[in-house]
Amino acid sequence: MSVSGRRIVILGATSAIAEKAARIWAREGAQIVLVARDDSRVNALAADLRILGALEAHPVALDCAVVDPTIELPRMVDKLGGLDTLLLAYGKLGDQRQLLSDQAAVLELIRTNFESASAWCLATATILTRQRFGVLIVIGSVAGDRGRKSNYVYGACKAGLACVVEGIAHQLARTGAQAVIVKPGLVDTPMTAAFKKGFLWAKPDTVAKAITKVAINRTPIVYSPWYWRFIMIIIRHLPNFVFNRLDI
Amino acid sequence: LINLNDAPVSPAFSESRISSWGRINRRSQIVASPRFCDELPSLIVGTSTIESRLAVGLRRSYGDSCLNGPGLIIDMTGMDRFIEFDVASGRLRAESGVTLRQILAVTVPHGWFLPTTPGTQFVTLGGAVANDVHGKNHHRAGTFGCHVLAVGLLRSDNVSNIATISPHAEPELYAATIGGLGLTGIIVWVEIQLSRVSSAYLDVETLFYMNLNEFWAIASESAEKFEHTVAWFDCCESGEKLGRGIFSRANWRQDRQFTKVDRRVRLSIPVDVPNFILNSTSVSTFNALYFLRNKTMAGVKRQHYSSFLFPLDAVSNWNRLYGNLGFYQYQCVVPFDASRIAVTALLEEVVRSRQASFLTVIKTFGERSSPGLLSFPRPGVTLALDFPNRGRKTLTVMSRLDAIVREAGGALYPAKDGRMPKDMFQHSFPKWAEFKKFKDPAMSSDLWRRVE
Repeated sequence: MSVSGRRIVILGATSAIAEKAARIWAREGAQIVLVARDDSRVNALAADLRILGALEAHPVALDCAVVDPTIELPRMVDKLGGLDTLLLAYGKLGDQRQLLSDQAAVLELIRTNFESASAWCLATATILTRQRFGVLIVIGSVAGDRGRKSNYVYGACKAGLACVVEGIAHQLARTGAQAVIVKPGLVDTPMTAAFKKGFLWAKPDTVAKAITKVAINRTPIVYSPWYWRFIMIIIRHLPNFVFNRLDI
Repeated sequence: LINLNDAPVSPAFSESRISSWGRINRRSQIVASPRFCDELPSLIVGTSTIESRLAVGLRRSYGDSCLNGPGLIIDMTGMDRFIEFDVASGRLRAESGVTLRQILAVTVPHGWFLPTTPGTQFVTLGGAVANDVHGKNHHRAGTFGCHVLAVGLLRSDNVSNIATISPHAEPELYAATIGGLGLTGIIVWVEIQLSRVSSAYLDVETLFYMNLNEFWAIASESAEKFEHTVAWFDCCESGEKLGRGIFSRANWRQDRQFTKVDRRVRLSIPVDVPNFILNSTSVSTFNALYFLRNKTMAGVKRQHYSSFLFPLDAVSNWNRLYGNLGFYQYQCVVPFDASRIAVTALLEEVVRSRQASFLTVIKTFGERSSPGLLSFPRPGVTLALDFPNRGRKTLTVMSRLDAIVREAGGALYPAKDGRMPKDMFQHSFPKWAEFKKFKDPAMSSDLWRRVE
């Protein structure tokens, strides 16, 4: 029998957070399928992870928002000979102000961030239910915890996705498998390059570490960094007369 | 509390306050942070709104060689992937934003080490090439650039193609790029030849000397027998004790212990230390204590490479010790024939000024020459000093040191410099005019505008 590492599929592998998580897994000798749209980017990632210690790194160039997961996912799992972890990390932020006047862009954002992501989650749930082990990890957002004028379309997608993941976690509860939604707060990534950074901003590495540890903790909702759980408790419970005065 | 309302200027750009390691210039600057090769062409092509660009790494250069005031900074640290590593031959190719620390973590377990390293592993591969850095083993290995097999360079005159330059392909452009301060284009990737080591540990011998004569004797005896040599001066003692200090020399062990991890606790200086803390009394007390401590611990001991080669990496942000005014580094090299007179004169001047602090380091360079046109190391003796920024007073001391260095036919290190006069640069880097032919017109830096 050949030596095998943890078998991982990463959707949206070129995202900054996903790449940092992939490096942690690579150093542990994992076998990884890397999925992203751009061929040359995903190849660059795979070469790097192999040198860092990944037992296998398979680049797969495809657009997760377009393909049928029920066909593509089993192919990926076949490459690895099984599935221990699937990390769903792709998504678009979108510009809320532009979205207000562009319905096509709103639908496109929902299709990518919610519809297609949910389809991948369900396809993963099918596999996890059958095999009774493995983890589905989905990157959500604190933006999904309460609709705010600055980014509620994005937030709604992430809120819906969180509900899907919670449901899957419930469904898997009595098996050995699990599902987790990781909700990062403000993270300094290319997605947010243009924002002014204050003290609450975290590095992608911090979130990546939280992601690689979720399998140990067995809770379906993880905030990263941890203090966002408390920030969001406050924001969710702000009475409207206060909330409506906030420019957030 | 959370402000997510700022509209993006453009996805890849941000505006942030950046500085070099000396922290003297801190200003708001437009920064682009690419993560993939395909993002680079759009950053280097000329537009009327951007005057010039400069690709930078971790900005461990002390002065203004890694700043570009009116232009764009291209932060390469997001491009930090390995491309190829041949464990059998020790050839490594990686993107230029990879740090030396990342490289060593991968290569040391296989028995490969960087051919030479500066005093910190928190520099990028691209920065190591652009500054043609040197280390404690210069007398054997030469500079970093001596081991660069090829460079992937993106120039504004051909943005569709990352040119591979090497000693065989476009050798002049290659020579301009080694030590070229990032001005010949964007260094996208670098291929280097690593060196074999038989351990991650060294046998380090520490000796003390009470004056300059003793130093010269130890230095000449050590160069032949030791891979690494470096010495520290107590820059507060004058007269008979002038030039007392600690000499370290080391060779790699052969014990096949390849522990890669740096187990040291990393301290951090969370805030700027108030400026008055560094005064002549505290500095001379520190120097005396440091000397006495090492004097009593003299002898041979086994040390991991990280604590021997990168002692200051144990304290992140140590540059904050110099307070919010920042500090200058002054590193010069003087040729061998003039070195004894010049080093004595430099030290006397420094002691008299009572301005220097604790990082007074001296090292002999070897004969091995670098391919780089603007390379700093040359046969002779190099002396590095640090000065907390006290404005005009500090600048005056450094211009007195300039006079001694000029007299001796020496040069200053651009990576450390934030103030050398234009004529001094042009005089001590005589190939600068030839270099200019290979400079990419789209690139520039604060240093270049000052010395060109």
